[in-house]
Parts: sequence; C-alpha cells; structure tokens
Amino acid sequence: MKTSDTVNEIKPQILESRIKVPYSWSAGEVGSHFLIQLRDHKKILGLRCPECNKVYVPPKKTCGACFVRCQEWVEVGPEGTLVAFTQARAPSPVHPVEQPIYGLILLSGAGTALLHLIGGSPLGNLKTGMKLTPVFREERKGSILDIEYFRPAP
Amino acid sequence: MAVKNPNLLTISSGEAQQPFHYSIGLYGSRFLEELKSRGRFFGVRCASCRNVYVPPRFICGPCFKGMDEWVEVGPEGTLTTFTVIRFAFLDPETGLKRPVPYGYGVVRLDGADTNLLHFVKIPEGGGLRVGDRVAPVFAQIRRGNLQDIAHFEKI
Amino acid sequence: MERIAIVGVAQTKFSAPRVDKTFADLVYEVTTGALKDAGLEIADIDNIVTVSNDFWDGRTISSMAVGDAAGAAFGRGKNISTVEGDGTLGALYGLTRILSGSYQNTLVVAHAKASEGDNRLITNAFFDPIFERALGVDDVTAAALQAQVYQCRFGLAREDFAGVAVKNRKNAAKNPCAHHQKELSLSEVMNSPDLAPPINALEARPLSDGAAAIILASENFAKKLARRPAWVAGVGSSAEDYRLGERTLWKSPSLSEAAQRAYAVAGVREPSKEIQVAEISEFFAHQELLWSENLGFCAQGEGGRLLQSGQTQATGALPINPSGGCLGACAPLVAGLVRIIEATLQLRGEAATQVREPRLALAHGQNGLAGQSHCVWILSRN
Repeated sequence: MKTSDTVNEIKPQILESRIKVPYSWSAGEVGSHFLIQLRDHKKILGLRCPECNKVYVPPKKTCGACFVRCQEWVEVGPEGTLVAFTQARAPSPVHPVEQPIYGLILLSGAGTALLHLIGGSPLGNLKTGMKLTPVFREERKGSILDIEYFRPAP
Repeated sequence: MAVKNPNLLTISSGEAQQPFHYSIGLYGSRFLEELKSRGRFFGVRCASCRNVYVPPRFICGPCFKGMDEWVEVGPEGTLTTFTVIRFAFLDPETGLKRPVPYGYGVVRLDGADTNLLHFVKIPEGGGLRVGDRVAPVFAQIRRGNLQDIAHFEKI
Repeated sequence: MERIAIVGVAQTKFSAPRVDKTFADLVYEVTTGALKDAGLEIADIDNIVTVSNDFWDGRTISSMAVGDAAGAAFGRGKNISTVEGDGTLGALYGLTRILSGSYQNTLVVAHAKASEGDNRLITNAFFDPIFERALGVDDVTAAALQAQVYQCRFGLAREDFAGVAVKNRKNAAKNPCAHHQKELSLSEVMNSPDLAPPINALEARPLSDGAAAIILASENFAKKLARRPAWVAGVGSSAEDYRLGERTLWKSPSLSEAAQRAYAVAGVREPSKEIQVAEISEFFAHQELLWSENLGFCAQGEGGRLLQSGQTQATGALPINPSGGCLGACAPLVAGLVRIIEATLQLRGEAATQVREPRLALAHGQNGLAGQSHCVWILSRN
C-alpha cells in the first residue's frame, strides 16, 4: 500500500492541544522595591544612573548605555506626559479590559516612558503631549496593575 | 525551604495557557485514523534502508528520502525499556500532575524498527521486565489521538 | 572579507492554515528545493543551521524536531545548530560558520506555522512579565504605538501608510509564493477595520505558514557550481533597547547602525543611488517608510514622500518589495530569509516581478518588538 495510492482519502487532522506551564518570575530587588512602594504608598519610583543621570521608570538595576549600576531611588510623577497611544480594537484573551487604550507615559522626573493603560477618555480626545495622572486601585497587590490606568489630568 | 523574604516579590503566570492547533500531517493522520476506526497499527518502510518507522513519518532521516510503503505492525510488541514514575512532573498540556505511580514503556511493535513511547501498566507486586511481551489496551472511546491506546500491558 | 555566495534558494507557497504538512514536512520541501536549485546533493552539505522558535512551534527546543528533515540525521556527518531569531540572523550565523574556515558551505532553513499558535498570546509573551505583560499588549499594539509616534512626528497622512499596502499587495498578486494574491485599492485599505489605530487590518502582515532555505558557500565551492550565484557584499546587524519606553520610536537607530555596517563592508556610499532593489521586512505598512529612512534611502521624515514619488514601485528607480514584502506573506522568522531569497532571485533575473538588471540588492530582517533588532544584507550580482 502506497501513500500515493491513497493520498486523496487521507483527511489531514489537527491535534487541538495547549501548553499550560505555570511560571513564577522573581521581580528581583529592584522590581520588588518598585512594586512594594506602589502597593503600600502609591508612590512611583525610578532609579537614576550615576553617569548619565537618566531616571529609569520602571527601574533597572543597570543602565545599558553606561553599563553601570543604578542605585539612587527617585520618586517620579505622579503626573506625566503622553508620548504615544493606541487602542487594541481586535479582542485578545489577555486584555485586562475591553478594547484597552495603551499609552507610553513620561512621568515628571523620569527619563524613560512607562507603558500603561489609559482610561477616563475616549481615544479621540487623546493628544500626544497632554498631561495624565494615575488612578490607583483601592486593593493593591504588588502588581503593575495596582495603577488601574492613567487619565487626563484635570 | 528558604524563609520568604517580604521584600522580594514574585509574579505568577496564574492560569495563563497557550492553545496550539498542531498539524498532524498526512502520515500521522492516517496512522491515527487506522488506530481509531480499526484498532490497527501502521508504519512506513523506507525503500532504501528497509527500516519501518512507527509512528509513520514522511522522511527517513538517515537516507534523506521520502517514504510511502505502508506496513501493518503489532498490535503486540516487546518492551525494550520502562520506568516507574513515583514523583509526577507537570503535564504541560494540563498544568496538572498525573496520579502516581504510573509506568512509561518503550515498545517495539512486531514488525517495526523504531520504538513507540507510551504508558505501561505496572503489575501489582512488580514483575515487569525488559523483553516482556506486551499488548495495547484501547480506550473506551477512541477519538483519533494517541490516547486511543490507554496503555500497554504484559501478556 | 573572503567572498561568500548564495548558491541555492527555495521557499514554500505561504498560506494558513497549512494542515496537510507538519513543519518538518515544510522543512524537507525547502531543503530539497534549495539543493535542487544549487545542483547539489545533501552529501555535499557540511553544515546546517535551522531557524525556529519554541513559542511558535509549541515545542521545547523545536529545532530538534527538524534535524531529519533538514538532512542532519545522526550519521550523515553534518554539523547542526540553531538560531531562534529572524532568518537573516540565522543566515548571518551560517555565514560566520563558513568564514571560520571549518565549513565550505551552510544550509540555512527557517520554518514557522503561525496558524498553530495564537499570535496575540505568543507576542504578549515578548513583554516583561513584571512590568508590562499583564497590560495585555502584543506585537500589533507595540507597532501601533510606533506608527502613532512616527505619524505624529512627521505629519504623515493615513494615505501614506495605506499606499504601502496597496503597492505591496499589487506586487504580491504576481508572486506565486505569496499568501495574499489579491490586489487592494486605497479605499479598501483605508476602510478596512481598525486593528490598533493608526494600523488597519489590511496594513498588517498576514500570519502565514511556510518555510524557506538558502545555501551559502565559500568562493571556491561556489565557483565549481554551474549556476551563477549571488554574492554577499556586506552584512550588518544591531539591536536597541528592549522596552518601548526607552526607545525613540520615530526612528530606528539600530537599523541605521546595521545598515551603515553593511554599507561600510560593501563600499556603498549613496544607498539610494547604488542599490537597485530592496526587499525589506515591513510587518506593518508604516514600517516600510520608517525603515526606508533609516536605511538611508531618503531623509528622516521623508518616507511618505519617497512612496508618493513612485520611486519604490516595481517600475521605479528604487523598487522596494517587488515580491510584495511581508504584507504579501509573513511566516514569523521565515520572513527575513525570504527577503534574502527574493533579493537573490532579482540578481539572477528570475523574480516574479523582475526589476531591470539590478547589480546590487538589499535584504533586511527584523526581530523583536517594533523592530528591536535588524539585520541588513547587501547582495551583488558580481
């Protein structure tokens, strides 16, 4: 029996499967400190590079450009400037809200922009350069979603 | 176990999972269809080296040639090696642990030149040996996947 | 640099879902295809580089599953190793293996079946799990943030982005391997549903299943073959910051650096005058304009005007993506290798939409979020 004799009779099948491997990622010293300050004090912190003075938000232990350790914690924001935005119009199983609006937000005092959700405004009312302010969750768990979203500053 | 440091957080992936729709291909599809509807095992023979591959596949790697001669093999076979799992690891498909103990057997079906990896029933009181003759026990409901064989057991 | 040639190429037809073939079957198809194209047997090949990604394949160390199909079964005497990044980076690794002096040639083969996984989840996993992943972002939203900044910075019109899709889909319609083979009008593109503003559904790459292979060879090996090869005149690669918030999204410094490195090796001083055809990886329409600027084809912010000038049309002075580019077909990781293949076909005079007698061609691949890293190849007919 040859495949070539019967190839038309074979219906190619699909195996419906999934990969579900649980991970638990260490936030590390620096990430933990950032998330704990966010959770316990609603403070947003960055780390300053001793050489170029750039303040990284979220914090990074090493400044890639200078290749040195960042050790000086700096409180930034809470207000910031909108650098870029979009809205995910097509659904995704991992969206935290329906049709989330995303923004890159440069918090006052920060040298890098924070990627987060934007709320309290339709997409059409957003403009780059506008001022935003964070809305914190009542119940905070030590997650980036302890900030519910950023909204246009009053 | 280390004492949990309250200053160090971990982020969990929780219930996150990724669905996959794996193509079984024409050869795998044919193998599974025979298994499901007729309870028969098929392999393919390489025209060059004459080896019979089970499960079947298109390419004979050593000869780097396509194969298309189908050969019925098994259903009985010989246990070439086995192990007993007493500490289960996570099943990547479900994220859950299987109940222990269970056995993995590597079975050379009669007429095949490659081995099939499957579950093997561990007889109460032990006594399973490499070289034992084994036969497949089919699942009650066959759906056209490798779980259509519940496990192999000693004849 | 010792001269290295591309002596054989092959690609599958791209489509989705390609249910009749497993990814190993696709790898065998293009491996045998590239060997036939080069006039070689598998026994002639010294070294094999496979390109794949575990997330896309849904399998740990996915490269292990294609050794047989790539001709590297144990006992055949081949060296085999793998790259988990764009195909242009796999090819760069293959090239350096030949330059090491250990191998006369290298087969580079890339595969992906985008239809088997969920792009949204796989590309969400690009992001940092501590600070970003929970937001639900993916490759489309990352590219949309880039497009929005780029559009805003230079005052580009929506027609500029849509025009790239119209041009590339017109070219793809003539490419027998393309996933999309239907031409689109400007209004069809502009009126297609929003994916993530300013990106419309028809301005995004399809998610394709397919494979591609090339055979690289040393000058001595290549000269023994009957077919005239394409020669590698220069290659450069570069990567920038991981987090989007640390990058300047209206330009691509890493692409500029990769291009300058490749141009320096190839002796190219004025890319827009010296290069006759470019195959670049635009996963989203705006990227063709942005990448054109950073490749030095026009000044910063002039990408829209470059398109409007008609120069990048297949009949223009600097055709970009006459194959239809990634908007015509885009299997993850495979896409960059296809750019090298299409550039090679142009130099041979065998492309589906052939540019008139090109001497120098450029191929480009990108990797990561919104083009975090880039690899640029300059290929020459002589």
